[in-house]
Amino acid sequence: MSKALDVAMLIAVLIGLWQALNWYAGDVAISSPYDTTLHLIAQFERPRFWLHLAESIKAFGYALAIAWIGGIGLGVWLGAHRFAGEVAEPIVVALYSLPKVTLYPLVLLIFGLGISSKVAFGAIHGIAPVALFAMNSVRNIRPVYIKVGRTLRLTPLDAARRVLIPAALPEIATGLRLGFSLTLLGTLLGEMFASQRGLGFMIVNAIGLADTKTMMAVTLLLFIFAGTANAILLAGERALHRRV
Amino acid sequence: MSQIHARLAGVTRVFPGSAGHGDVHALGPVDLDLARGEFFSVVGPSGCGKSTLLEVLAGLQTPTQGAAAFEDKPIGAETPEGVGVVFQEDSSFPWLTVWDNVAFGLKRTALSGAEIETRVRDALAFMGLKDFHKAFPAQLSGGMRQRVCIARTLVLRPRLILLDEPFGALDQQTRLLMGDELLRLWRETGATVLLITHALDEAAMLSTRVGVMSSRPGRFIDLVETGWPRDRDSRIVADPAFGAVTARLWSNLRGESLKAMGHA
Ligand SMILES: Nc1ncnc2c1ncn2[C@@H]1O[C@H](COP(=O)(O)OP(=O)(O)OP(=O)(O)O)[C@@H](O)[C@H]1O
Ligand SMILES: [Mg+2]
Repeated sequence: MSKALDVAMLIAVLIGLWQALNWYAGDVAISSPYDTTLHLIAQFERPRFWLHLAESIKAFGYALAIAWIGGIGLGVWLGAHRFAGEVAEPIVVALYSLPKVTLYPLVLLIFGLGISSKVAFGAIHGIAPVALFAMNSVRNIRPVYIKVGRTLRLTPLDAARRVLIPAALPEIATGLRLGFSLTLLGTLLGEMFASQRGLGFMIVNAIGLADTKTMMAVTLLLFIFAGTANAILLAGERALHRRV
Repeated sequence: MSQIHARLAGVTRVFPGSAGHGDVHALGPVDLDLARGEFFSVVGPSGCGKSTLLEVLAGLQTPTQGAAAFEDKPIGAETPEGVGVVFQEDSSFPWLTVWDNVAFGLKRTALSGAEIETRVRDALAFMGLKDFHKAFPAQLSGGMRQRVCIARTLVLRPRLILLDEPFGALDQQTRLLMGDELLRLWRETGATVLLITHALDEAAMLSTRVGVMSSRPGRFIDLVETGWPRDRDSRIVADPAFGAVTARLWSNLRGESLKAMGHA
C-alpha cells in the first residue's frame, strides 16, 4: 500500500516540477500539464494520429520481437558454447556500449527509409543487453542442477524445459526489461531521423513547426507507455528473483 | 539375484590437466563390492576423491580405467534406473515449491496422479516437511532444503541410494537425529545405502561397514565391519564398542588427513 503512495507522490512531484517549468519558461517553450493532457486526448480523435500510432506500434512490435527472440537465442547459444561465447562476448559488449547513432548511416544504406530501418535500429539497440543477460544466465546455472537432471534421467528436452530454462529465467527477465526500454528508444530514434510516419516523426515534425503542445503530448504518451510497461516487467522480474 | 548389488573393479579417475597444471589423479584404483541391503559409509580426508567415487557409481563420470556395475549391468554414461543420488551441495530447485521439488522426478512417469500424491505426501511426512509443502526453498533452513533433496530422491524408491555428505552443513545434534531418520529409511526401504561423510561417529553409528580412504588419489586402506543390530539408533554412541570403532577409524585416518593437509 505504501508503495502505491510512493508512486503517487513521485508522479505528483513530477507534475509539480513540470508545472513550475511551464510558469518559468512560458507556453511557447513548454506547455502545461493540463493543456498537454487535453491535447493528447484530442489527438485520439484525429485519424492521422491513429496512423502514426499504428505505425509506431508495428515497428516497435517487430523490433522487440527480434531483440527478445534473437537476443535470447544468441545469448543462450553463446552461453552454452564456451569458446564461441568468449570470442563473441567483447563484440556484444562493444555493440552494447557503442553509441548506436554511429551505425545509423549504415542501417539507412542497407534498409532504406521505410519501416525496416526503424525496426533494424530498434532491434540493434535492444538485442545486446538481452543477449548478454541470457548468456550469463546460462553460464551461471549451477552444475549441480544439471547433475540432478541427469540422475533423474530426464530427456535432454525435459532437462532444458524443466531445469535449464527455469534456472536461467530470472536473469533473462532482467535482460528482457532492459531490452524493452532500449528497443523503444532505438525505434523512436529511427522514426525521428528518417521517416515520414510514426510517433517519433510526429515529435520531430512538431518541433519543426514550433508546435510545442503536440510535441509534449506525444512525449507524455510515450512516457506513460514506457513507465507502465517497465513497472509491469519489473514486477514480473521481482517475482522470479524473490524465490532465488 | 546376486548378493553383490554394486561393484567397482579397478576403478581410477584421472582428470586431464588444464593449462599450467598436470593431470589430477583423483581416485583409485578402487575395488568395492556393495552387498545388497548393506549400509556402507565412506570416510576420507578432504579432496581424496569421495565425490568422484560416488559420481562414478551414479553414471555421472566414466572411470579412466576399470569398470563399475549395478545389478550385474555395467554402468555407462547415464544414471542406471534404480539409483538415487543426494548431492553434497544444496540442489533443491528454488523456482519450485517443496511439494513440486519432491514430485519432480515422478512427473512424466507412468504413475497415476493419485499414486504420485501418496508418494510425495509420505516422503514429506517421513522427512518432517509436512507443514512446508507450499514453501519455496528460499524460505527453509539449509538442513530442511537438504531434506527436500532426500525426499525428492526417496519418492523414486531407489534400490541403491548414494548420499554425498548430506548433513555436512548441519549442527551435531541435528545430524545425529537425521542419522536416526536415515537408519529408519534404510530399515523400511531395504535399499542399499552408500553414505559419504566426514564425521567418523556418524559413519560408525549408521553403517554396517565403513570404508576408510587414503589421501588423494583415494584408495581404501581399511574396511571396518561394525556388527551393530539392524534396529539400532543414535543411543548407540554410548556403547563402548562404538568408541572402539571410531578409534580405529581415526587411527587410520589421522596420518592420511595430515598428508592431505601437506604435513607429512
Ligand atoms: N572436474 C574436475 N576437474 C579437475 N579436477 C577435479 C574435478 N573434480 C574433482 N577434481 C579433483 O579431484 C580430487 C577429488 O575431488 P572430490 O570432489 O572427489 O573430493 P572429495 O573427497 O569429495 O572432497 P571433499 O571432502 O572436499 O568433498 C580433488 O583434488 C579435486 O580437485
Ligand atoms: Mg566431495
